[in-house]
Amino acid sequence: MTANPSTRGQEGDQVLDIRNLTVSYKTESGYVKAVDDVSFTVNKGEILGLAGESACGKTTTALSIMRLLAPNAVVNGQILFDNKDVLQMPEDELRNFRWKGVSLIPQGSMNSLDPVIQVGKQIVEAIRAHESVSRADAWKTTEKLLSSVSIHPTRAKNYPHEFSGGMKQRAVTAMALALNPRLVIADEPTTALDVVVQKQLLLVLRNLQKSLGISFIFVSHDLSVIGEIADRVAVMYAGKIVEIGRKDMVLKHPSHPYTQALVNSVPKVFGNRQLLESIPGSPPTGVWPEGCRFHPRCKFVFDLCRQKEPELQLAATGCLAACHLVSKTDREEIVLK
Amino acid sequence: MLEERVLAIQDVKVYFERRERLIGRKTVIHAVDGVTLVLGRGETLSLVGESGSGKSTLARTVLKLNTPVEGAILFHNQDIFKQDRRQSKAYRRRVQMIFQDPYESLNPQSTVFNAVTEPRVIHGLASDRSEKEEAASRLLALVGLDPSTKLYRYPHELSGGERQRVAIARALSLEPELLVADEPVSMLDVSIRLGVLNLLQTLKQNLNLTYLVITHDLGVARYIGTRIAVMYFGQIVEIAETDELINNPKHHYTNLLLSSIPGTENPQPLAAGADVDFSYSAAEPPSGCRFHTRCPMAQEKCASIVPKLTEIANGHFAACHYPLTK
Repeated sequence: MTANPSTRGQEGDQVLDIRNLTVSYKTESGYVKAVDDVSFTVNKGEILGLAGESACGKTTTALSIMRLLAPNAVVNGQILFDNKDVLQMPEDELRNFRWKGVSLIPQGSMNSLDPVIQVGKQIVEAIRAHESVSRADAWKTTEKLLSSVSIHPTRAKNYPHEFSGGMKQRAVTAMALALNPRLVIADEPTTALDVVVQKQLLLVLRNLQKSLGISFIFVSHDLSVIGEIADRVAVMYAGKIVEIGRKDMVLKHPSHPYTQALVNSVPKVFGNRQLLESIPGSPPTGVWPEGCRFHPRCKFVFDLCRQKEPELQLAATGCLAACHLVSKTDREEIVLK
Repeated sequence: MLEERVLAIQDVKVYFERRERLIGRKTVIHAVDGVTLVLGRGETLSLVGESGSGKSTLARTVLKLNTPVEGAILFHNQDIFKQDRRQSKAYRRRVQMIFQDPYESLNPQSTVFNAVTEPRVIHGLASDRSEKEEAASRLLALVGLDPSTKLYRYPHELSGGERQRVAIARALSLEPELLVADEPVSMLDVSIRLGVLNLLQTLKQNLNLTYLVITHDLGVARYIGTRIAVMYFGQIVEIAETDELINNPKHHYTNLLLSSIPGTENPQPLAAGADVDFSYSAAEPPSGCRFHTRCPMAQEKCASIVPKLTEIANGHFAACHYPLTK
């Protein structure tokens, strides 16, 4: 698939341009594909939500942008940042790209703060490892960073155990911002947090996006969280992007049956209370079905779905969806539902 | 209000002692600190609250896995902590638990068949092979698994959703009356959560069960619950019918929880009081109303006098001196 115009932003507005990314892991029993021909862009100052269930390839996608995959991973395609392919970058350039270009908040990283070093000092170390600034200046920057994530600068001298979970998560977010990256990838940053604390972090991220113009890739399995934070949403299933587009369209008027089923299967706190329809089966792991990967679980399945893998195509909502129904004329039922 | 009381929790307090050896200081964790609850037959009561609020401790106490330092738990008017061995064994048959993580709650070396029949063998409900096979097949069918393909599988051969179904089948194997489910779907993938929730609903109706469900997810609580109880610092701060609690919260903490629900459907912005006050912990909870240190409406009285859980509207209880009015 060539990257379709509507997965892309305006020329010049893109921070990141991923083209035909494919990642396989070499195992004892052969190659296992984790990400298959994924293309998308991240625009300047936007939050792209990357949604999907476990093992759908979202973390692999995130890590491959940072070139942090395990040595047994085989990566193909292009990841363009400033017109340079990250996948071809030599080590010294990569060092500059990480943290200054794109930084990562790995899954569960709030628990990887060093327990015996003051939180502020850990951020200072990160700054001084990349830039030759004085310790005093780095402390000043650190205090500013902490206030930008709503942590009082006096807390910089605290140790991680003196922070709550939410504060630790905000501290690692501050650390990710330490070298003014243009894009931050946050992998399930709110997953271990209580709902109130989660909301606070979401507000902090929104604020950072607005005040600093930073772009985010926000990886999460939680559609409500994605619905709150993202501008655009990419939904992954079995290593593929099955739908991508503006958040309000993808989540309120989904074009792909998987997105639709997923949206409909989340019990809501507000709005109508009704019996929801569950999706039969479970997501495939390791071996993907022939044809459309969602077809064994899809209630709209027809012959073509079993034979031919659908490509992303423009749906009526302006989103791209990889579903044969999108181009089918009798697709009212799915659009209307 | 309730036709038949299955379970009555009366002013239960569960404390844990922790000795810090070096200093020789003893701290007492007030995990559950004076909870009173009644569960009616056929009801689903959801306990919600943040991590550390004591909801799991309370559930485990109902299972007799913790012993309260004060208070009583009555099951059909019999105190479960004053039972003899025989009564205790009978109680354990009638109350079963579903745990959060089906990857940990099933023995990896034990087949599905063994997992669902072992409780019956222990309780003398099945002895010979054919009896066990019949029971196992029936239980699997009950939870939507095909006995012909799944009966002799090991947990690692099953998906997360299938494992949780096996755990449910095992809980049902002793024909319990009350099921305690601790975060039954939070470890499952989004697309299979609903299947398990719907299964729990169907089972409840078909088998005349009563549920006590612990969840941090208000959406889940609303989907399966008839009533919701909100816990904060080991105490129940509000309890009401599900929709009443969501649409008309009385306690400021409940309101804060509701205001923090993500998604564009949420009508209100994050309420005041979101910042956690670290000077307090379950070992040293705040005086008076435990939420007063964060509450936007707190007055002097709130710091000194513990508010009682009182009925504000029909069946709607809140422990607040200055409840929200609409």
